[in-house]
Amino acid sequence: MMADFLPKGQQLPIVATLADKQQESPGIYTLHLAMDTDSSFDFAFGQFNMLYLLGLGEVPISIMGWQQNLLLHTIRAVGRVTQPLVALNIGAQLGLRGPFGQGWPLHQLEGQDLVFITAGLGCAPVVAAINYAVNHRKKYGQIVILQGVKHHNDLLWQPQYECWRDLGNCQVLLAASEEKKRKYHWRLGMVTELLALARFDANHCAVLMCGPEIMMLAALKQLAKHQVSDKSVYLSLERNFQCGHGSCGHCQLGPYFVCKDGPVFHYPQIKSWFGLAGV
Amino acid sequence: MDKGFLPRQQFPELYQALTKAGYEVIGPTVKDGAIVFSPLAGFEQLPTGWKEQTSPGRYQLEQTAGQRCFYWNTGPQALKPWLFKPEQPLWQAEQTADGLCFRQTPEQVQPRAFIGLRGCDLAALKIHDQHFLKGVFTDPYYQAQRQQLFIIAVNCARSASTCFCVSTGDGPTATFGFDMLLDELEEGFLVASGSDQGELIMQQLPLANTKKKQISEAKQQLQSATQQQRVMPDEQQLLKLVDRLEHPQWQDVAERCLACGNCTLVCPTCFCSKQESHSDVKGQQADQVRLWDSCFSEQHSYIVGKVFRPEISQRYRQWLTHKLATWQQQFDRSGCVGCGRCISWCPVGIDLVEEAQALLKSEADDG
Repeated sequence: MMADFLPKGQQLPIVATLADKQQESPGIYTLHLAMDTDSSFDFAFGQFNMLYLLGLGEVPISIMGWQQNLLLHTIRAVGRVTQPLVALNIGAQLGLRGPFGQGWPLHQLEGQDLVFITAGLGCAPVVAAINYAVNHRKKYGQIVILQGVKHHNDLLWQPQYECWRDLGNCQVLLAASEEKKRKYHWRLGMVTELLALARFDANHCAVLMCGPEIMMLAALKQLAKHQVSDKSVYLSLERNFQCGHGSCGHCQLGPYFVCKDGPVFHYPQIKSWFGLAGV
Repeated sequence: MDKGFLPRQQFPELYQALTKAGYEVIGPTVKDGAIVFSPLAGFEQLPTGWKEQTSPGRYQLEQTAGQRCFYWNTGPQALKPWLFKPEQPLWQAEQTADGLCFRQTPEQVQPRAFIGLRGCDLAALKIHDQHFLKGVFTDPYYQAQRQQLFIIAVNCARSASTCFCVSTGDGPTATFGFDMLLDELEEGFLVASGSDQGELIMQQLPLANTKKKQISEAKQQLQSATQQQRVMPDEQQLLKLVDRLEHPQWQDVAERCLACGNCTLVCPTCFCSKQESHSDVKGQQADQVRLWDSCFSEQHSYIVGKVFRPEISQRYRQWLTHKLATWQQQFDRSGCVGCGRCISWCPVGIDLVEEAQALLKSEADDG
């Protein structure tokens, strides 16, 4: 006899059905998943799920959003599981465990300016947070969205950025690092260089970052130059997540299990460990 | 704790009492030149007269003239593989006519009595209890095995040269977590109970009153077991290891370390695991399986496009700083219980204690 059962949805997957699929850019798709459960799927923006394909295994994917009772996951097809995941046909079923980890502390940040800094697919874990902030515009001060990509057509959800700019009364700044010719609304260069153009109160802001660590390290230097203190910064990290709840040991960063203590960390908490080679 | 004396010739009655109470008896026995915990058909399978000689990179059993069954200190493993199994099916997925189904993998458990566990083993068990039972979720597979355990601990009568449990505070006396406790003397055993279940078993044994001489002999041999050559720096000192991440000693040890992961496999507290999906040939059914893993594997820190610890020096540093320092922040104590297994079972004889001392000594030298 088993003394206990695996909590469904947390340790034992629940069934999700692919209701819709959108290609965002070459190799990047958003899956819209219908959940085989009566209860609503509660999650915090910035958390992730483990998605499972029969016989292939699981991959951790951040939660991009919740729309019309469907869970959204944006996935880059690069690995053994992600390639067949994005190739699924509508109606196909997969397994899902989650949500796991700590999300962005949006409620704590009310009243402050919000600065979102993302690069590449790093925008996925903050999209839902941006949407929330834009939809609750009065709760926050200035909203600044900085996003960097290699080429301008790598930008996911371009209409969404236009919408945020127009309807959200947000400052949206985009940078393309490998583009030859500048396009309207775009800067040539790195996302971190956009900070010089951003309008926000350095003494009364929260910075929410997600993307390659090298980008976040560069951004931290720029933020310091703009007198933004460490305690204003939150960042989302990526590590090898296998169990999702701090049991398997793979995702450790110093004394932290990134899957359960993160992936969103308050920067001062991890400052002494972040960016060290081999940690 | 009241102790009784069980003469050696009546020791098998303990085995009878345990089996009568419905326990499968698991104990130490000699296998492949080492002390290994296995199901016992009788106490005659205990390693009578054997002791081990250990040193960095060496573990050798030696026969003595004595009749003691617990004159050895450690084997490569004790409880860990029985609770946190090297291969544990977690759940099954099946493609049925009604769609995809998930179910927990059923597992049979039976009451088991372990005999011969030491203070270090019980300290390690307490750490694993904290990790597997009191984490974000309870691990039901670990819990199912754990709940039916009956533990007969033994105080160590001697120490191996790789032991350092005195400095970690985990031995050589077993002070908690047992149902019964033995001190082995030449002519028999001092027996004490540590739980109601232990008391029930103890009542079935033909115990004699203890003599002062026996108590004093047990105390004396325990005292001699506290004479250990290796001394792990205290926990406050070990916390300073995280200030030494750029120390040249990491490169020094990397030139010797094979990254084989033996130290993590024999360590009674290491808990890293990975998950694999094992599918049938038709692809209709798959088991999600948890397997032991090691932070010495390059794949351990792999995510698509990046390995966070590509160098052996970084992986050894991860192991040692986690085990001795950052573990303290996660579990309120060091992850090392002083058993010395990682030292004797390292194929190139890397000595954890010496490495920790070298890293901390230089700090003092640097002033």
